[in-house]
Amino acid sequence: MSDKISKVSIIVSRGSLDGIYPGLIMANGARMEGIEANLFFTFFGLYGILKNYNSKIKIATVGNPAMRVPNAKGFPLPTILGAIPGMSAFATSMMNKEMEKLDIPPVPEFLEMIHDAGGKIYACKATVDMFHLTQDDFCAQVDKVLTVGEFYELSAGAQIIFT
Amino acid sequence: MSQKQIAGTTVDVNVEGYLTNHAQWNRDVAAALAKELGIELTEAHWKVLDFIDRDFKEKGVVPGMRRMNKVGGILTKDLYALFPDGPIKKAALIAGYPKPASCV
Repeated sequence: MSDKISKVSIIVSRGSLDGIYPGLIMANGARMEGIEANLFFTFFGLYGILKNYNSKIKIATVGNPAMRVPNAKGFPLPTILGAIPGMSAFATSMMNKEMEKLDIPPVPEFLEMIHDAGGKIYACKATVDMFHLTQDDFCAQVDKVLTVGEFYELSAGAQIIFT
Repeated sequence: MSQKQIAGTTVDVNVEGYLTNHAQWNRDVAAALAKELGIELTEAHWKVLDFIDRDFKEKGVVPGMRRMNKVGGILTKDLYALFPDGPIKKAALIAGYPKPASCV
């Protein structure tokens, strides 16, 4: 058996619900196993740590061929129906309810949990500049805005996971 | 499955060291299991262990982090400080319950 994983750096690059949650679950799960965890948010993934937006993360009902209604084993949702206004909000609220049942917290609370668990949370400098953001736009748990070079530096010895 | 002598009693454990028969657990066993993990049990530890005990008896599973926060009133930070490097796994082992089977 090879050595135990002792450190992970997880990159979150997408801003949909299914783009952000896997990274959060993996980072929290890492801490629960005693594994050091860094979360790095880039591109639209950055919405996961923007304080005025990260409580409104939605699931995409268009361009998602795996989307089924009314549940995971139902009928495929035609793209044209997915485009109806409110469809994405509806699908999101259904999914949030299921997550609540499993005690998976909303994004802001999840970030707090990971941060309190000793996980580090970073934003990507290139995206921050491109989107014209400042430190004030981020939730309090964000440790620092990092360049890609700094990200590699602090990821020394870590497994890097891109989501 | 194997047996282990601890705190003057014999307990059944699985390969990972979790007790498989909670009836064999008592507070002295807990203290000895904790010591093996390098933890000296204090009142703050017992607050966590007692909550796991109550919650397991009610729900049949070891509570996750959010339930510890919301229902048990135990802060994430405190849990990591009391049981470093794998808080719920370690607390469940000491409390004499199975390894947590949830992702969060």
